Amino acid sequence: MPNSHAIVAEQFDDREQQHEAASLGMWIFLGTEIMFFGGLFAGYTVYRNLYTTAFEAGSHLLNAKIGALNTAVLICSSLTMALAVHAAQTGKRKRLMGFLVSTMVLGGVFLYIKFILEWLHEYRDGLAPGLHFTYSGPQASHVALFFCFYFLMTGVHALHMIVGEGIMTVLLIMAWRGKFSERSHNHIEIAGLYWHFIDIVWIFLFPLLYLLGAHF
Amino acid sequence: MSEHIASRKIYYFVFGSLLVLTLLTWRIAYIDLGAWNMVVALFIAIFKAGLVATFFMHLRWSASIMRLVLFAAVFWLAILITLTMGDVLTRHAVTKPQPWQASTTISRTVAVTGQR
Repeated sequence: MPNSHAIVAEQFDDREQQHEAASLGMWIFLGTEIMFFGGLFAGYTVYRNLYTTAFEAGSHLLNAKIGALNTAVLICSSLTMALAVHAAQTGKRKRLMGFLVSTMVLGGVFLYIKFILEWLHEYRDGLAPGLHFTYSGPQASHVALFFCFYFLMTGVHALHMIVGEGIMTVLLIMAWRGKFSERSHNHIEIAGLYWHFIDIVWIFLFPLLYLLGAHF
Repeated sequence: MSEHIASRKIYYFVFGSLLVLTLLTWRIAYIDLGAWNMVVALFIAIFKAGLVATFFMHLRWSASIMRLVLFAAVFWLAILITLTMGDVLTRHAVTKPQPWQASTTISRTVAVTGQR
Protein backbone atom coordinates (compact mmCIF):
# COMPACT_ATOMS: atom_id res chain seq x y z
CA MET A 1 0.00 0.00 0.00
CA PRO A 2 1.59 3.30 -1.07
CA ASN A 3 -0.28 5.31 1.56
CA SER A 4 2.03 5.34 4.57
CA HIS A 5 -0.65 6.25 7.11
CA ALA A 6 -3.46 3.70 6.96
CA ILE A 7 -6.86 5.19 7.75
CA VAL A 8 -7.75 2.40 10.19
CA ALA A 9 -4.96 1.42 12.55
CA GLU A 10 -4.44 -2.32 12.75
CA GLN A 11 -5.82 -2.72 16.28
CA PHE A 12 -9.28 -1.54 15.15
CA ASP A 13 -11.94 -3.41 13.16
CA ASP A 14 -13.27 -0.41 11.30
CA ARG A 15 -13.39 3.39 11.15
CA GLU A 16 -16.32 3.63 13.50
CA GLN A 17 -14.62 1.66 16.24
CA GLN A 18 -11.49 3.74 15.83
CA HIS A 19 -13.54 6.93 15.98
CA GLU A 20 -15.32 5.83 19.18
CA ALA A 21 -12.07 4.79 20.83
CA ALA A 22 -10.54 8.19 20.07
CA SER A 23 -13.58 10.09 21.41
CA LEU A 24 -13.81 7.89 24.51
CA GLY A 25 -10.14 8.50 25.31
CA MET A 26 -10.70 12.25 25.04
CA TRP A 27 -13.85 12.14 27.18
CA ILE A 28 -11.99 10.23 29.92
CA PHE A 29 -9.24 12.85 29.81
CA LEU A 30 -11.91 15.56 30.08
CA GLY A 31 -13.32 13.66 33.08
CA THR A 32 -9.93 14.05 34.80
CA GLU A 33 -9.99 17.72 33.80
CA ILE A 34 -13.37 18.12 35.51
CA MET A 35 -11.75 16.69 38.66
CA PHE A 36 -8.79 19.04 38.25
CA PHE A 37 -10.89 22.19 37.94
CA GLY A 38 -13.39 20.71 40.42
CA GLY A 39 -10.91 21.00 43.28
CA LEU A 40 -10.55 24.72 42.58
CA PHE A 41 -14.32 25.14 42.30
CA ALA A 42 -14.85 23.31 45.60
CA GLY A 43 -12.22 25.48 47.32
CA TYR A 44 -13.83 28.57 45.86
CA THR A 45 -17.26 27.45 47.14
CA VAL A 46 -15.92 26.92 50.68
CA TYR A 47 -14.24 30.32 50.96
CA ARG A 48 -17.02 32.19 49.21
CA ASN A 49 -19.30 30.76 51.87
CA LEU A 50 -17.01 31.78 54.72
CA TYR A 51 -16.19 35.29 53.44
CA THR A 52 -19.19 36.16 51.27
CA THR A 53 -18.97 39.95 51.62
CA ALA A 54 -15.22 40.04 50.96
CA PHE A 55 -15.64 37.87 47.85
CA GLU A 56 -18.41 40.15 46.60
CA ALA A 57 -16.23 43.20 47.22
CA GLY A 58 -13.35 41.55 45.35
CA SER A 59 -15.60 40.55 42.46
CA HIS A 60 -16.91 44.11 42.33
CA LEU A 61 -13.38 45.32 41.49
CA LEU A 62 -13.33 43.20 38.31
CA ASN A 63 -14.69 44.58 35.06
CA ALA A 64 -17.82 42.51 34.31
CA LYS A 65 -18.17 44.15 30.89
CA ILE A 66 -14.76 42.87 29.77
CA GLY A 67 -15.61 39.47 31.26
CA ALA A 68 -18.83 39.31 29.25
CA LEU A 69 -16.97 40.40 26.11
CA ASN A 70 -14.40 37.66 26.62
CA THR A 71 -17.18 35.10 27.13
CA ALA A 72 -18.62 36.15 23.75
CA VAL A 73 -15.17 35.87 22.11
CA LEU A 74 -14.75 32.35 23.46
CA ILE A 75 -18.24 31.31 22.32
CA CYS A 76 -17.37 32.60 18.82
CA SER A 77 -14.19 30.49 18.87
CA SER A 78 -16.29 27.47 19.86
CA LEU A 79 -18.53 28.07 16.86
CA THR A 80 -15.57 28.30 14.47
CA MET A 81 -14.15 25.11 16.03
CA ALA A 82 -17.47 23.30 15.51
CA LEU A 83 -17.48 24.52 11.90
CA ALA A 84 -13.87 23.34 11.51
CA VAL A 85 -14.96 19.85 12.59
CA HIS A 86 -17.84 20.06 10.11
CA ALA A 87 -15.45 21.10 7.33
CA ALA A 88 -13.17 18.17 8.20
CA GLN A 89 -16.10 15.73 8.17
CA THR A 90 -17.13 16.91 4.71
CA GLY A 91 -13.54 16.91 3.45
CA LYS A 92 -13.23 20.65 2.75
CA ARG A 93 -9.54 21.28 3.31
CA LYS A 94 -9.46 25.05 2.70
CA ARG A 95 -12.51 25.68 4.86
CA LEU A 96 -10.98 23.53 7.59
CA MET A 97 -7.77 25.57 7.53
CA GLY A 98 -9.75 28.81 7.52
CA PHE A 99 -11.78 27.82 10.55
CA LEU A 100 -8.71 26.54 12.41
CA VAL A 101 -7.03 29.90 11.84
CA SER A 102 -10.13 31.82 12.97
CA THR A 103 -10.34 29.68 16.12
CA MET A 104 -6.67 30.43 16.86
CA VAL A 105 -7.16 34.15 16.23
CA LEU A 106 -10.21 34.31 18.52
CA GLY A 107 -8.29 32.36 21.17
CA GLY A 108 -5.49 34.91 20.79
CA VAL A 109 -7.96 37.79 21.21
CA PHE A 110 -9.24 36.14 24.40
CA LEU A 111 -5.71 35.79 25.79
CA TYR A 112 -4.84 39.37 24.83
CA ILE A 113 -7.91 40.70 26.67
CA LYS A 114 -7.16 38.43 29.63
CA PHE A 115 -3.48 39.28 30.06
CA ILE A 116 -3.11 42.82 28.74
CA LEU A 117 -6.48 44.41 29.44
CA GLU A 118 -7.19 42.60 32.71
CA TRP A 119 -4.21 41.06 34.52
CA LEU A 120 -1.82 43.92 33.77
CA HIS A 121 -4.49 46.41 34.80
CA GLU A 122 -5.22 44.55 38.05
CA TYR A 123 -1.51 44.28 38.81
CA ARG A 124 -1.10 48.05 38.37
CA ASP A 125 -4.17 48.67 40.54
CA GLY A 126 -2.52 46.73 43.34
CA LEU A 127 -4.81 43.73 43.27
CA ALA A 128 -2.17 41.02 42.80
CA PRO A 129 -1.65 39.22 46.13
CA GLY A 130 2.01 38.49 46.87
CA LEU A 131 3.29 40.82 44.15
CA HIS A 132 1.55 44.13 44.48
CA PHE A 133 -1.45 44.21 46.77
CA THR A 134 -2.52 47.62 48.08
CA TYR A 135 -6.24 47.11 48.67
CA SER A 136 -6.97 48.55 52.11
CA GLY A 137 -10.75 48.29 52.45
CA PRO A 138 -12.45 46.12 55.08
CA GLN A 139 -11.40 42.45 55.23
CA ALA A 140 -8.43 43.14 52.96
CA SER A 141 -6.87 39.72 53.62
CA HIS A 142 -10.06 37.95 52.54
CA VAL A 143 -10.29 40.10 49.41
CA ALA A 144 -6.69 39.00 48.74
CA LEU A 145 -7.92 35.41 49.00
CA PHE A 146 -10.55 36.13 46.34
CA PHE A 147 -7.83 37.47 44.06
CA CYS A 148 -5.71 34.37 44.71
CA PHE A 149 -8.62 32.28 43.42
CA TYR A 150 -9.16 34.71 40.55
CA PHE A 151 -5.56 34.59 39.32
CA LEU A 152 -5.21 30.84 39.87
CA MET A 153 -8.47 29.87 38.15
CA THR A 154 -8.17 32.26 35.19
CA GLY A 155 -4.45 31.44 34.98
CA VAL A 156 -4.98 27.68 34.78
CA HIS A 157 -7.77 28.29 32.27
CA ALA A 158 -5.48 30.52 30.17
CA LEU A 159 -2.79 27.82 30.33
CA HIS A 160 -5.29 25.37 28.81
CA MET A 161 -6.00 27.93 26.08
CA ILE A 162 -2.28 28.25 25.31
CA VAL A 163 -2.01 24.45 25.06
CA GLY A 164 -5.08 24.55 22.78
CA GLU A 165 -3.37 27.11 20.54
CA GLY A 166 -0.39 24.74 20.27
CA ILE A 167 -2.69 21.86 19.31
CA MET A 168 -4.34 24.06 16.66
CA THR A 169 -0.94 24.95 15.21
CA VAL A 170 -0.05 21.26 14.82
CA LEU A 171 -3.49 20.52 13.28
CA LEU A 172 -3.09 23.44 10.88
CA ILE A 173 0.25 22.10 9.66
CA MET A 174 -1.25 18.61 9.29
CA ALA A 175 -4.23 20.01 7.38
CA TRP A 176 -1.90 22.03 5.15
CA ARG A 177 -0.01 18.84 4.32
CA GLY A 178 -3.32 17.19 3.44
CA LYS A 179 -3.39 14.65 6.28
CA PHE A 180 -7.15 14.86 6.77
CA SER A 181 -10.06 13.70 4.63
CA GLU A 182 -13.74 12.77 4.98
CA ARG A 183 -12.52 9.36 6.07
CA SER A 184 -9.79 10.45 8.45
CA HIS A 185 -10.24 13.41 10.79
CA ASN A 186 -10.34 12.07 14.35
CA HIS A 187 -7.56 14.48 15.38
CA ILE A 188 -9.72 17.48 14.52
CA GLU A 189 -12.71 16.09 16.30
CA ILE A 190 -11.02 15.31 19.62
CA ALA A 191 -9.15 18.63 19.55
CA GLY A 192 -12.61 20.15 19.14
CA LEU A 193 -13.81 18.32 22.28
CA TYR A 194 -10.88 19.79 24.22
CA TRP A 195 -11.52 23.31 22.92
CA HIS A 196 -15.25 23.17 23.76
CA PHE A 197 -14.39 21.90 27.24
CA ILE A 198 -12.24 24.99 27.86
CA ASP A 199 -15.24 27.05 26.77
CA ILE A 200 -17.44 25.25 29.33
CA VAL A 201 -14.94 25.95 32.13
CA TRP A 202 -15.06 29.65 31.25
CA ILE A 203 -18.88 29.57 31.16
CA PHE A 204 -18.69 28.72 34.89
CA LEU A 205 -15.77 31.02 35.74
CA PHE A 206 -17.51 34.06 34.29
CA PRO A 207 -20.49 34.22 36.72
CA LEU A 208 -18.48 32.93 39.71
CA LEU A 209 -15.70 35.49 39.40
CA TYR A 210 -17.15 38.49 37.56
CA LEU A 211 -20.86 38.59 38.30
CA LEU A 212 -20.73 37.84 42.03
CA GLY A 213 -20.43 41.49 43.06
CA ALA A 214 -22.06 43.21 40.09
CA HIS A 215 -25.33 44.08 41.82
CA PHE A 216 -24.02 46.75 44.20
CA MET B 1 -23.20 3.19 10.38
CA SER B 2 -20.62 5.93 10.40
CA GLU B 3 -20.42 9.12 12.45
CA HIS B 4 -23.21 11.64 12.34
CA ILE B 5 -22.54 14.91 10.55
CA ALA B 6 -24.63 17.61 12.23
CA SER B 7 -26.24 20.27 10.10
CA ARG B 8 -24.54 23.65 10.36
CA LYS B 9 -27.90 25.26 11.10
CA ILE B 10 -27.87 23.61 14.54
CA TYR B 11 -24.43 25.09 15.25
CA TYR B 12 -25.60 28.60 14.35
CA PHE B 13 -28.71 28.18 16.47
CA VAL B 14 -26.70 26.96 19.49
CA PHE B 15 -24.23 29.79 18.98
CA GLY B 16 -27.05 32.37 18.98
CA SER B 17 -28.60 30.86 22.11
CA LEU B 18 -25.24 30.94 23.92
CA LEU B 19 -24.76 34.62 23.10
CA VAL B 20 -28.29 35.50 24.22
CA LEU B 21 -27.84 33.57 27.48
CA THR B 22 -24.51 35.32 28.12
CA LEU B 23 -26.19 38.69 27.65
CA LEU B 24 -29.04 37.58 29.92
CA THR B 25 -26.80 36.33 32.75
CA TRP B 26 -24.72 39.51 32.56
CA ARG B 27 -27.75 41.84 32.74
CA ILE B 28 -29.47 39.84 35.51
CA ALA B 29 -26.33 40.12 37.65
CA TYR B 30 -26.97 43.87 38.04
CA ILE B 31 -30.38 43.27 39.62
CA ASP B 32 -30.19 42.55 43.35
CA LEU B 33 -31.95 39.22 43.96
CA GLY B 34 -30.10 38.43 47.18
CA ALA B 35 -28.99 34.80 47.34
CA TRP B 36 -30.92 34.08 44.14
CA ASN B 37 -28.33 35.95 42.01
CA MET B 38 -25.93 33.02 42.32
CA VAL B 39 -28.68 30.42 41.80
CA VAL B 40 -29.89 32.07 38.58
CA ALA B 41 -26.32 32.59 37.31
CA LEU B 42 -25.38 28.95 37.98
CA PHE B 43 -28.61 27.67 36.43
CA ILE B 44 -27.90 29.63 33.22
CA ALA B 45 -24.26 28.44 33.25
CA ILE B 46 -25.33 24.79 33.59
CA PHE B 47 -27.82 25.24 30.74
CA LYS B 48 -25.12 26.82 28.52
CA ALA B 49 -22.65 24.05 29.36
CA GLY B 50 -25.36 21.52 28.47
CA LEU B 51 -25.87 23.18 25.07
CA VAL B 52 -22.12 23.10 24.33
CA ALA B 53 -21.75 19.46 25.42
CA THR B 54 -24.88 18.26 23.61
CA PHE B 55 -24.36 19.92 20.23
CA PHE B 56 -20.80 21.29 19.85
CA MET B 57 -19.31 18.22 21.54
CA HIS B 58 -21.70 15.90 19.64
CA LEU B 59 -22.98 14.11 22.75
CA ARG B 60 -26.45 14.00 21.18
CA TRP B 61 -25.12 11.72 18.44
CA SER B 62 -22.29 9.86 20.21
CA ALA B 63 -22.32 6.41 21.76
CA SER B 64 -23.88 6.44 25.23
CA ILE B 65 -20.57 5.50 26.89
CA MET B 66 -19.39 9.13 26.34
CA ARG B 67 -22.41 10.36 28.29
CA LEU B 68 -21.63 7.81 30.99
CA VAL B 69 -18.07 9.15 31.35
CA LEU B 70 -19.35 12.71 31.63
CA PHE B 71 -22.02 11.66 34.13
CA ALA B 72 -19.44 9.81 36.26
CA ALA B 73 -17.13 12.85 36.35
CA VAL B 74 -19.92 15.27 37.23
CA PHE B 75 -21.27 12.87 39.85
CA TRP B 76 -17.84 12.63 41.49
CA LEU B 77 -17.56 16.41 41.46
CA ALA B 78 -20.98 16.59 43.14
CA ILE B 79 -19.74 14.21 45.87
CA LEU B 80 -16.64 16.37 46.38
CA ILE B 81 -18.60 19.59 46.75
CA THR B 82 -21.55 18.13 48.71
CA LEU B 83 -19.44 16.35 51.33
CA THR B 84 -17.05 19.30 51.68
CA MET B 85 -19.90 21.75 52.14
CA GLY B 86 -21.67 19.28 54.44
CA ASP B 87 -18.65 19.55 56.70
CA VAL B 88 -18.10 23.31 56.40
CA LEU B 89 -21.75 24.28 56.88
CA THR B 90 -22.25 22.13 59.99
CA ARG B 91 -19.21 23.37 61.92
CA HIS B 92 -20.53 25.37 64.85
CA ALA B 93 -18.61 27.19 67.52
CA VAL B 94 -18.48 25.12 70.73
CA THR B 95 -21.15 26.33 73.16
CA LYS B 96 -20.53 27.02 76.83
CA PRO B 97 -20.15 23.66 78.58
CA GLN B 98 -23.02 22.50 80.82
CA PRO B 99 -22.22 21.76 84.50
CA TRP B 100 -22.05 17.99 84.09
CA GLN B 101 -19.63 18.43 81.19
CA ALA B 102 -17.53 20.73 83.31
CA SER B 103 -17.33 18.17 86.11
CA THR B 104 -16.41 15.44 83.62
CA THR B 105 -13.58 17.63 82.38
CA ILE B 106 -12.34 18.17 85.91
CA SER B 107 -12.45 14.49 86.81
CA ARG B 108 -10.60 13.69 83.55
CA THR B 109 -7.93 16.22 84.44
CA VAL B 110 -7.60 14.53 87.83
CA ALA B 111 -7.36 11.14 86.21
CA VAL B 112 -4.63 12.28 83.82
CA THR B 113 -2.49 14.36 86.14
CA GLY B 114 -3.30 12.57 89.39
CA GLN B 115 -3.48 15.89 91.25
CA ARG B 116 -6.32 17.65 93.02
